[in-house]
Parts: sequence; C-alpha cells; structure tokens
Amino acid sequence: MKLAKLSSSPRDFWFWTTLCIAALFIVFLVYPLFSLFTSSFVDPESGGFTLAHYAQFFKKRYYYRALLNSMSVTACVTVLAVLIGAPMAYLTSAFQIRGKRVIDVLIIVSMLSPPFIGAYSWILLGGRSGVITTFVSEYFGMQMPTIYGFTGILLVLTLKLYPFVYLYVSGALKSIDVSLSEAAESLGCDPIKKVFTIILPLVTPTVLAGGLLVFMNALADFGTPMLIGEGFVVMPVLIYSEFVSEMGGQANFAAALAALMVILTCLIFLGQKYVVNKKSFTMSALRPMKPTTLTPVPSALAHVFIYGLVFLSIIPQLTVIYTSFMKVNGVVFTSGYSLDSYRIIFDKLGTAITNTYLYGLAAILIIVLLGMLIAYLATRRRNLITSVIDTFTMFPYIIPGSVLGITLLLAFNKPPIVLSGTAMIIILAFVVRRLPYTLRSSAAILYQISPSVEEASISLGCSPMKTFFKVTAIMMLPGVMAGAILSWITVINELSASVILYTGGTRTMSVSIYTEVIRASYGTAAALSSILTLTTIVSLMIFFKLTGGKELAL
Amino acid sequence: MSVSIHVENVVKQYGPVTIIPDLSVDIRNGEFFTLLGPSGCGKTTLLRMIAGFNSIEAGTIRFDEQVINAIPAHKRNIGMVFQNYAIFPHLTVRKNVEYGLQFREVSKAEMATRVDDILKTVRIDEYQDRLPERLSGGQQQRVALARAIVVHPSVLLMDEPLSNLDAKLRVEMRGAIRDIQKKVGITTVYVTHDQEEALCISDRIAVMREGVIQQVGGPQAIYARPANTFVATFIGHSNLFNATWSGGELRFAPGYACNLGDHMRSDAREGRVVAGVRPEEFHLSDSGTGLAARIVKTTFLGRYVNYELAFADATLRPDQAAIEFSQDVGTAKRVFEPGETIHLEVNPAKINVFSEDGISLMRGVAP
Repeated sequence: MKLAKLSSSPRDFWFWTTLCIAALFIVFLVYPLFSLFTSSFVDPESGGFTLAHYAQFFKKRYYYRALLNSMSVTACVTVLAVLIGAPMAYLTSAFQIRGKRVIDVLIIVSMLSPPFIGAYSWILLGGRSGVITTFVSEYFGMQMPTIYGFTGILLVLTLKLYPFVYLYVSGALKSIDVSLSEAAESLGCDPIKKVFTIILPLVTPTVLAGGLLVFMNALADFGTPMLIGEGFVVMPVLIYSEFVSEMGGQANFAAALAALMVILTCLIFLGQKYVVNKKSFTMSALRPMKPTTLTPVPSALAHVFIYGLVFLSIIPQLTVIYTSFMKVNGVVFTSGYSLDSYRIIFDKLGTAITNTYLYGLAAILIIVLLGMLIAYLATRRRNLITSVIDTFTMFPYIIPGSVLGITLLLAFNKPPIVLSGTAMIIILAFVVRRLPYTLRSSAAILYQISPSVEEASISLGCSPMKTFFKVTAIMMLPGVMAGAILSWITVINELSASVILYTGGTRTMSVSIYTEVIRASYGTAAALSSILTLTTIVSLMIFFKLTGGKELAL
Repeated sequence: MSVSIHVENVVKQYGPVTIIPDLSVDIRNGEFFTLLGPSGCGKTTLLRMIAGFNSIEAGTIRFDEQVINAIPAHKRNIGMVFQNYAIFPHLTVRKNVEYGLQFREVSKAEMATRVDDILKTVRIDEYQDRLPERLSGGQQQRVALARAIVVHPSVLLMDEPLSNLDAKLRVEMRGAIRDIQKKVGITTVYVTHDQEEALCISDRIAVMREGVIQQVGGPQAIYARPANTFVATFIGHSNLFNATWSGGELRFAPGYACNLGDHMRSDAREGRVVAGVRPEEFHLSDSGTGLAARIVKTTFLGRYVNYELAFADATLRPDQAAIEFSQDVGTAKRVFEPGETIHLEVNPAKINVFSEDGISLMRGVAP
C-alpha cells in the first residue's frame, strides 16, 4: 500500500506544480538574494573578493550613524505605537465606545493609505511654511518646534503604524473567554488588577507580534524619512541615495548596505519568534468579552483619548483631499478652489494611473494563482521542498522594500535575464512583496476544508488537477479573495521598491506622488493621493462586504 | 467560614424577557446543593446571580445575615468552577492555584503550605510546574477545583463542571468532587442538567423548570415522591396513565385496580387522576390478572431487560416518548420477544398519583 503510493504519486499534477514553483522561487527570489550578497563582496575595479564595502560602512561615521538613527527612531516608534495601540484596543473592546465601527474603518484607512502622504501632509501643516506654523507665529509670535528630522519621523510613523498593534490586540482580546476574567473576579481580584495580572499577560505575545510588525515597517520605511527626515538620515534613505548616486558605475556598496539590512531584519525576526514561541499559548473564546458601560467621567476621558488619536491619524487624508481641490498657479497654491490639479494629472500623469491599475491587476492575478497553489502544497502536500517554499514566501515580509528593489535590479539588469526598466520587474516586485497576505488567508481557509471533499471528487473519477480547480479552488475562494484585496491595497500603495525600479514609462501613482512632492508640486500630489485613497477605501468596503465585517488579518 | 445562602423572591430579567419570575430557596451551611433542570431553565442564571456576575432585578440574596446584592463579585469571597474551567493559560498550575491568595492577607509561608495541601488533596501536585495547555481535561478540572477551594471561600459555586469530560472521567471526577467537598465542609451550589450526576453527588436537589423551582429535596425523596409530573418524568422515567381514584382504590382500567392504603393524602379529591409508574415498579402477574400489555420492542441491557409496551385497555396520557417496563435479569424466568402479550401489576407502595394538572397527591410530599 505504502509502496504503491510512493511510486504512483510523485508524477501527478502536484509534483509538476511543486517543481514549477520551486523553479520560480530559485529564479526570482533565491538567485537575486544570492547576487545581492555576492555583489556586496565584489571589488568594482578588480572584480575580486573584498570586504572593503563593509569596512567602509563601519569606519565612516556618516554611514554607521544612519544605522544608529534607524534603530533609535524605530525603537521609539515601536514603543509609542504599543503604548497607544494596546490601551486603545482594550478600551474599545472592554467598554462601550460610540462609533466603534467608524473608528475601526478610519484607523484601517490611515494604516493602508500611501506610506508617505503622512509625511508630506504634516509638512504642509507643521513645516517651515506650514499652515499651523504660520498661524502660531502670526498670532502668538511663537516659534513652533521643528517638525523635520527625528520628531517628524516619530510623529508620522507612530500615527501610521500604531493601527497594527491596535488591530492585533483587538483580535487577541476577542479570543479571551470572559470566564477567565470572571474567574479572576471570583477569586477576589479587582477590575484594575485584573487587567495587569490576567488580560495583559494573555495578550503579551500578540503585543510583541504587533510590535514586531511596527518595528519592521518603521525600519523599512523609505518615503517618510526621505521627505521629513532632512539631515536625519536613516538606512533606507542611505541605501537609496548611495544606490542612485552610484548607478551606472557600481552598486556594490549599496548592495553591502542592503545585505546588512537583510541580516539585521532576519535576526530581529528570529529573536521575536523565539520569544513569542516561549510565551505563546492557544486560546479560543466560547463567550468573548462584551463591552460594558463606563461611568460618565472615565467614559468621557476614553472617548477624548480615542477620538483625538483617530483624528490625528486621519489628518493626512483630510489634508490631502482638501488640498487636492485648491486652486494652483504653477505649483503654488492660491486662494479659491478648482479641479486644476485633477486636470493636470489626467493630462500629464494619466499613464501613472493606468499603470497602477494594470500592474496591480496583473500582480494580483499572479498572486492569487500562486497563493492558492502554494497554500495547497504547504498544507496538503507537506514535504521538504514545499515547506522550504512556504518559509521562503514569508521572507519578503521582512525585507525592506528598497532592499528588495535593489536586489531585483542587481539580479536582472544583466544577462541571463534582463528585466530592468520593464513593467515585468515592477510586477515581479509587487508579487514578491505582497504574496504573503493572500498566501496566509488561503492557507487559513484550507485548514477549514476537509480533505475528504477532494478525496470524494477523486474517487468519483476526477483527476487531481481538475479536482483542485473544480472543487478545492472554488471552496477556497472567499478566503482567497479577502487576502487578495489586502494584497491589492498594499500593491497599489507600494513605493519603496518601485521607486528604485521605475523608469519614465513605468511609473505608478505612488512613484508619481513621490516625484511630485519632491518637485514641491503639492496640488498634483494631493490629487493623485486622493485617487489612491479613494481606491483604497472602495477596496476596503468590498473587503468588508466579502468577509461579512470580519477582522482584518494582517 | 462557610455560610448558608438565602435566596428571597429574586427576579431576573433580560430586557423584556423574564428568566426567573420569583424564586426563593434556602441553602444550608455546608451542604452540597444541586440546581438541576433542562437547558434554559435558569439554573446557571441563578448561580451567576449568587456569584455576582448577573445583576439581581428584585429580591435579595443573603450569605447568612449579610445581603450581598450590591457587593461586587470580587468581594463576595466565593470560589467558582467554570464549565470550561477558565484556567489562566499563561500561568503554571501552581501559579493558577496561588492566584486568588495574593488578594487575601496570607503570609508567604502559609500560602505555600495551603497550596501544597490542596494540590495534594486534588492529586495534581506532580504537575504543579506545568502550563495548563499540557494537562488533560480531568487534570484541568482538578486545577480549577483546587484554585476555587484554596482561598477558603464562603461558598463554592460549580457551573456544569463535568460536562466537558468523557463518561468514565465524569464518574471518577464526581466522586472526587464529592469527597473533597465533604472533607472541606463547604457550602456548595452545583449546576447540572445530568440527573444521574445530581442524584449521586447531592445532599439536596432543586429541580428547576422555566425559572421556577419545582421541588427541593434529597435525591431519594425526589425520586421516590416527585412533587409533580414534570419532576416524575425528568428524573428517571415515569409512565403516566389516566386513572380514577375512589374509595381508597386506584383504577387503571375496568379490569384492574390497586389499593393504595394510606400512601395517598387524606384530602385527595376522588375522581380522575394521573398515575405515574416507573419501569421498575411493574411486576409480572402470574395469575393473568393486571394490565394486559403487548411487547413492542425488547432491549437487552445486561443487568436488566427494557421493554417498550403498548397497552390494550389502560389509557395513557398523550405525548409520552415511550412506555417502559424493566425486568431484572437476576430474577427473570425468561426474556420476552416483541409481539408477546404479558400481564403487569404495579407496586402500590411505590407508584405516585398526581392530580389532573400534575400535582402530587401523595402523603408527605412538600413541593
């Protein structure tokens, strides 16, 4: 029986699928990463082996300071995001907060909107000639503290990233059965001690996971420090500027920087995994916590805290939408409102809009197909190769986008495969970066589908391949679509990889917003951002419709 | 330490729905008291009102003389065992058991001895440093029990604590719970829908239905003399017949009557009544007298044989699941086959008679 299985199964549809996917991975992920590492050891003049690039990094203060800057601002962002996100999640889960649904949607919108509009909106408000700065100095004669540098990055990234912690912890709080809380009370624990002895320890692994996500995103973020950081240089900005300035000649130093980032993020990721594995436990709630009513004063305080934060986090979107309708003269805002900015972008930057949707759709189709197949292989045909593939697909999760951009460019700008400057390479970057969302949700739904359904189909004479497309794939669809929409939203907002990979003809909306902001053409940038934000909101609404208002699983 | 519990005219409402209309019951100090009833009868609601997790809309609950209506749960000094155990997953077994002691003025040394003692009593001391995830259902149950008892609560409240265990473990654990309760001597309120569990574990049982207590009494009293037809059919099985009561005689059918002597209440009105006969309260009549019954189905269960019956002349109350007679295999001459006709007589000392609206007419039955 066993022998028969061994000899008959290897040559079926799934055998060939495994082979194809493994090949794709070797070509598009393993090979580029390998070239990144090798080129970081190459001397550009002699072509021989050298450690000079690494030595240069650690010798010059200008370079290693970028790493220290990155670490310090990222650590601060993470701590702040946890301190804001976790209490907020507890308040909205444990107590009745008015408009919780709207709060959730606003928080998600602020989290998923283009990464750097926060930076440029805050510049418009609190920058040198910003609205608030001017107002304060005119009416109060006071000097606002500068928003550029460390403070600005901290402000913008915290407001953008605390939603990760908020959403994660909210989810975890829902999995705590109310009987645990009641058991604590029955043993004589008062409600405040209960939070610290029971609730907090129970959500600690989740807080750590959310914190890691914040950390990785803050560390990898390119747009925000580029716009608002000014003299405060962080790693992704350094990598970008070194890479861009050295393009044409040699990029080996940038490769070394990128390799350092990869090693660093891997170490942090593994460290977090180790800690979480030691502390984790499974919970499932038959009766989840029900929000109770607070007495008036604490309730008012909670509402002020939550509304204030949500307002702060949604300010960039409001600013962008408002300024997109302002009258412009050239690139300068004048009084009055108009649709000029929209007219200009449709005239000049129409391709950026179509590119975004075209590349996005192409990427999503590939993501869905790959996501379903890999999820299937990893859950149903588990073997050495499929588990390696499964692990590898999570890798892009922790590689900063700019590093991925450089990795792909270094690998594919020379034979045997030349893709640089094509739409292909941008779509490739999208697929590699955003596949994990779809992959995870596909795997999650597969665990809920009994394998016997497939076996029934096969026993009735349907081949494994046909069974997959006729039965399994269709049953997986709801879960897959939910993940695909998240992939889609993050694809259209992608900047840090595409800003390295784009050329004149392949620019996307994100890239155009970035270049417009750099040219100080804020009106057109705002109009583009508004279109992107609108697309994001519509996609989110479809997501909620599809999942029946289920949690966002990131 | 341990207290008596006095529930007086309490009312529980969820919005417009009344779960408990008006309920009073006294639970004695140190007794094992069980709330028994079908799901939705309000037994868990009442337990949670005693615990302090459900509000009390009207009436009072007292521990001894102290009214506890307004005391929050964490100040009531209760011990509660939850249906899903509610073991804190992030704490080891020992830390779980210690948890409640940190809110009481207990010295470190005393805490250690008390925890050691209780872990030994419930026989989980060898697992004390494990995380609960790695414990079996029965072991988790013991942790939950230890955690509730170690704080020396005034009352121990248990909400269907055995319903998540398999049948064999359930029997073992109910023995353990009973032993530990007797050893500690603490007033215990126990909620279950399993009548067998209630009968074997309790000092007294309150049978509930739709938020109303139907009967309070010891297990034997409730089984032998149910207060109404609901209790008679919910606890054990009772076959209900239409009968007439006149002149000290209970007549089932024109050809069969029995003399109930002074088992009936003296003020029972003559006329139409309902007779409740348990399957073991029938016996075969050798002489061919008694009620003629045809055997519909025979189920051999080892110690006894269960027959499903159809009666030729006696009239049965409508809507009964099955009419049963059980024959003790130890004394049976032979097992009957379906289709055979037998003649049955009832044991007049055991059977119960109810009025037409289902209230017991037996002597000495307190509702």
